[in-house]
Amino acid sequence: MTETLATVSNNMLYSATVVYALALLAHVAEWAMAHKLPADDEAAGSRGGALVATGSVSSPVASSASPLGATSPETRSVNEVERSDKYGRIGLSLTALALILHGVGVVSRGLAADRVPWGSMYEFSITVSLAVAAAYLYLVRRYRVRWLGLLVTGFLALVLGIAVIVLYRPVGPLVPALHSYWLVIHVSAAAIAGGAFTVGALASVLFLLRSRLEARASARPELPRSGFLWRMPAASDIDKVAYRVHAFAFPLWTFAVLAGAIWAQYAWGRFWGWDPKEVWAFITWVAYAAYLHARATAGWQGRRAAYVALFGYATFVFNFVGINIFGSGLHAYAGL
Amino acid sequence: MALRPPSDTTRTQVEDGVLDTDRRPEGHASEKPPSEQGPSTGRGGTAPALRPVEFGRWLWRQLTSMRTALILLFLLAVASVPGSIVPQRRIDPSAVQLFKDDHPTLSPLFERIEMFDVYSSAWFSAIYLLLMLSLVGCIIPRLRVYAAAVRGMPPKAPRNLSRLPAYDTWTTDEADAGVAKRAQALLRSQRRRVRVFADPPAGDVVVSAEKGYLREAGNLLFHCSLVVVLVGVAVTGLFGFRGSASVIVGNGFSNTLTQYDDFTPGASFDETSLTPFTFTVEDFHVQWQRDGAAAGTPLTFNADLAVTDQPGAPPRDYHLRVNHPLEVDGTSVFLVGHGYAPRVTVRDGKGNVAFSGPVVFLPQDGSFVSYGVVKAPDAAPSQLGFEGYFFPTADLCEGQPCSTFPDADNPVLSLLAYQGDLGVDSGQPQSVYVLDKDDLSPFTTPGGNPRALLLRVGEQAQLGDGAGSITFDGYDRWVRLQVSKSPAKVVPLVGVLAAIVGLLGSLFVRPRRTWVRVTPRDGRTLVEVAALDRVFGGDPADHVADVSSSLRPSSATAAAALPAQQEDLR
Repeated sequence: MTETLATVSNNMLYSATVVYALALLAHVAEWAMAHKLPADDEAAGSRGGALVATGSVSSPVASSASPLGATSPETRSVNEVERSDKYGRIGLSLTALALILHGVGVVSRGLAADRVPWGSMYEFSITVSLAVAAAYLYLVRRYRVRWLGLLVTGFLALVLGIAVIVLYRPVGPLVPALHSYWLVIHVSAAAIAGGAFTVGALASVLFLLRSRLEARASARPELPRSGFLWRMPAASDIDKVAYRVHAFAFPLWTFAVLAGAIWAQYAWGRFWGWDPKEVWAFITWVAYAAYLHARATAGWQGRRAAYVALFGYATFVFNFVGINIFGSGLHAYAGL
Repeated sequence: MALRPPSDTTRTQVEDGVLDTDRRPEGHASEKPPSEQGPSTGRGGTAPALRPVEFGRWLWRQLTSMRTALILLFLLAVASVPGSIVPQRRIDPSAVQLFKDDHPTLSPLFERIEMFDVYSSAWFSAIYLLLMLSLVGCIIPRLRVYAAAVRGMPPKAPRNLSRLPAYDTWTTDEADAGVAKRAQALLRSQRRRVRVFADPPAGDVVVSAEKGYLREAGNLLFHCSLVVVLVGVAVTGLFGFRGSASVIVGNGFSNTLTQYDDFTPGASFDETSLTPFTFTVEDFHVQWQRDGAAAGTPLTFNADLAVTDQPGAPPRDYHLRVNHPLEVDGTSVFLVGHGYAPRVTVRDGKGNVAFSGPVVFLPQDGSFVSYGVVKAPDAAPSQLGFEGYFFPTADLCEGQPCSTFPDADNPVLSLLAYQGDLGVDSGQPQSVYVLDKDDLSPFTTPGGNPRALLLRVGEQAQLGDGAGSITFDGYDRWVRLQVSKSPAKVVPLVGVLAAIVGLLGSLFVRPRRTWVRVTPRDGRTLVEVAALDRVFGGDPADHVADVSSSLRPSSATAAAALPAQQEDLR
């Protein structure tokens, strides 16, 4: 039974990786189709930026029946909007499908091991990336953030791919230090916060790209405004999404660190001992605290705050990857 | 803070997701009217000589500014990094010693800048103390401002309500007083603070409501809690201690200083106040995964103790497991590791037993290959010393001896023997895990190479030159115990919990102001509803639509019957 479940888990996660990669291709096509499309300020601004084309109701029959068989630039543009949008929708559907496979893969891994699947870096990777995918799809429903699709699916395909190819470990028992219900509390909080930090960081990247574009355009208004970045919501709207995600993740991260400290008190006899993992969790916490403060400090809002958020994310990634690989410390069992 | 007209500045702030009270409060440098600022506080202005009081005030304002707080946060993050790279004395003293041996030129410098004690160093402490000072300096005036805001009432309406982000208006035949009364009841029922302004000259009545005071309260709670956490951690560190000991199974441990391998007291810890408990490690169980890909992974390890809580008390049994410490009167004993202690007997050249018993060997990795040292200072004519490895399941891996499994399936002891002066009589304290080979010479093969002794359980090896022999009698196991006392550890716990609650309030409570203005006009009544969110994320337009639909004549009866609390449920 265990073997079967483990095999199911592996197959599901392999499939999820492939489907995420296909979703990534769809989003690449979405961006590519939008390459020459002009900025769609109205759609971008008022509808939260999903590529809902202004002309999506125009019928293909009309364009093919146009005189001389030539399509006017406007019609062509409308068609390209439709095509770009179609690929975007395909990407989203594929992401949703991959999320299901991914979820089944993680759950069956847990069932195969008869415990929460958070005992190794492989298991933590598949869980955090699941949190990323779930957070993204939730945000798509709630705030229409499909413009994040390219970066999110790219991230998921990459991380899940690395997990199943490089980090993979067969199902095994937990080391004694992990025999605690605090594992469930501490790691689930850290994983969900990590997923949210990831989405926040990707949104911040897009915010930086878009706001640079906006700054350049306001300096030189004659520049053409076309391409996917121009069809996304305005920088200020992207910033709002990034802020919301970070505001959700920060208290959760605080809680994850607290739960870790309580657990450390039970397992190691001290709640805080400056173990490398603890140091970097602290640095991440301080960095995101700085992000929240930067947003309230004159001269630090906007792009600078976004860089602070990315710095915070870099410390999170280093804690997860760097410390596991190079570090020693008491969290060594979380290693490769 | 007075409401500003909905100019572009207000909009920007609202869009940035920043309540303007999120800024440092009135009374801090950049928000003070210029007249109140010292003559030299103008930015970039050249400073004339400052009087000490002015300078102090200037310094205080600098320290409590948000920009300084931000810089200190960055410094704190950066200052934490070296402690995760350079070994720390508090965590691993032997790693520090190793580092010093490897880097003889760098180490004195590191020693001077407290690189091996980063988290208790002067510079690290300076950063977090400045941060705390900045925080306190920020909180106190804010508490005052907040107290005034809570006592104060919702503000007057801006003159032109239609310029607010959410606005609705209509005229009705209902009497103005009636509409105002209903608006008041409606907003009250939504748990908003309500205040009515009657403005006789214009003849209008404004019902002003406000909600979301808990945002700033949460913000203040969060910051105050951080101070509590820091104080709690400091107290725990000052009055607690941490120590560790390796106890061979079958042996006892009594909670006195001499029994510890290492002991780190807090600065104010009284070493005579150690709880006088004792216990014996009666038995030890360890289990490893035997088959499959994860073979060799430890599954469980635990120890059976017989604990005497205080002298004369009857012993009680305790099953000590990882994550389940033994508690005796505020002192906790944790099982953190285990290992092998080979039992050897050393006979000297005269045939006398110079040493006999178990010796703690330290596991080097997950295979439990363990390193250790045997010293026989009583051997005659010359002292004998041994160093080497214990292989629990000995095998050959690519020609090298190795252990293929952590359990003791095929225990083999591999030692190099030395004779000479162990250096234990010099009076210098010596580690039991290190053999000082300065005055020792190895026993060699006829070829002149150091001779490795490979022993199975029960085997004896002669050292040659009639210097004696060593017998591998068997092995015991030992447990690594961490003992600690962290008084008042509940203080930082409560502090962090309060901080999280405060954080949730400060991030998710959305202050909102609502105004309903009722103006008699040409015998009818003009009603205006407007709302302003002081942070983004809400939907004031939705709220205004709700309020208007309850107040409009068509739904007047329905609204009276139904206190409109959908706002809260949504």
